[in-house]
Amino acid sequence: MLIFSCQPNVSIETAQYAINGQKLYVTHCQSCHGSKGEGLGMLYPPLTDTTYLKENRGMLPRIIKSGMNGLIKINGKDYEGNMPGNPELTNVDIAYILTYITTTFGNSTDTYTQEEVKNNLVNYR
Amino acid sequence: MKLKLTTYVSAIVFSSVFVGCTETSETKLPIIGERATEERVVDGRTVVDTIYHQIPPFAFLNQDSVEITDRDFDDKVYVANFFFTHCPSICPTMQRNLLKVYEKYKDDERIAFLSHSIDFKYDSPSVLKSYAEKLGVTNDQWQFVTGEKKKIYGIADKYLVYTKEDQDAPGGYDHQSYLVLIDPHKRIRGAYDGTNDEQVAQLFDDLKTLLKEQ
Ligand code: HEC
Repeated sequence: MLIFSCQPNVSIETAQYAINGQKLYVTHCQSCHGSKGEGLGMLYPPLTDTTYLKENRGMLPRIIKSGMNGLIKINGKDYEGNMPGNPELTNVDIAYILTYITTTFGNSTDTYTQEEVKNNLVNYR
Repeated sequence: MKLKLTTYVSAIVFSSVFVGCTETSETKLPIIGERATEERVVDGRTVVDTIYHQIPPFAFLNQDSVEITDRDFDDKVYVANFFFTHCPSICPTMQRNLLKVYEKYKDDERIAFLSHSIDFKYDSPSVLKSYAEKLGVTNDQWQFVTGEKKKIYGIADKYLVYTKEDQDAPGGYDHQSYLVLIDPHKRIRGAYDGTNDEQVAQLFDDLKTLLKEQ
């Protein structure tokens, strides 16, 4: 639980989601986005832009599922790259990963629930 | 004989444990690869020379569409690897780690870096150029090269790194993530899994050792 010591307000459920999410993050995301979400040069954006994560919370499941390309601004810098989708990940996998990202790299203290993933995949196509 | 680096690397790990007990200032890196002996007659006496495995001459196009050859690495220590720009799996980690080495030795002319793209279809010099810039490479100490499939895959064999076009692999190419350390005589002196933090730390140590040898 040491890794969550910076976010003491998370519930047991959130912490469990985040731990599961970390494992999936290592396999599916870490190569590009880095172990601390630091990204790599201008090739892969960091996942530490708390404002971006908050404002685009609804779109995040779609980014993971279908990938992303085009110009985006992260931490004040322009990135233009191509992120491959992960169609094989289930809603619960995505909920784990997003809980990990938004509570560890971002400043959220809430679980990104399966329902939220399911609804947002419908809302953002 | 097709011995790949995996075989040698386990041998190195063993030997470095061994070397760990001897005086560190005397440490020398092993010379990796098959070796042959050649007899010569000098002043009427027969001497036996050891011929070590060497990287043969090569010529590829770099990110500025300029030809880069083995001569550009004469008298230098260099680190070589194999990657492709849209590789989703191991390359970003391998390049993130090699970038750390590059940043440490930036502007040190004794050291160079050479990344070969194994995606001869997509990675044209202009694609490599944009990749290098976005990665954060700002001088010509780190070269990114492309070439005919046969030449690139052929040279990978000489670095003892496995590469293969494979539809089932992530991104369409299967390859090993070794960072291969070459000395000024074009001999392989070490190979480190660029996705493994401990082995990358070993590369930093071994580079220092190799530079002292010069
Ligand atoms: C092959 C490299 C790669 C992998 C693997 C990858 N991404 Fe990305 N990701 C990118 C790139 C490139 C962009 C920027 C795309 C653009 O410019 O439109 C991006 C953008 C993003 C963004 C929005 C921008 C930001 O920085 O917040 C999020 C969120 C994200 N990725 C999360 C993930 C997650 C979660 C995973 C694992 C399931 C993942 N990525 C796997 C390359 C990758």
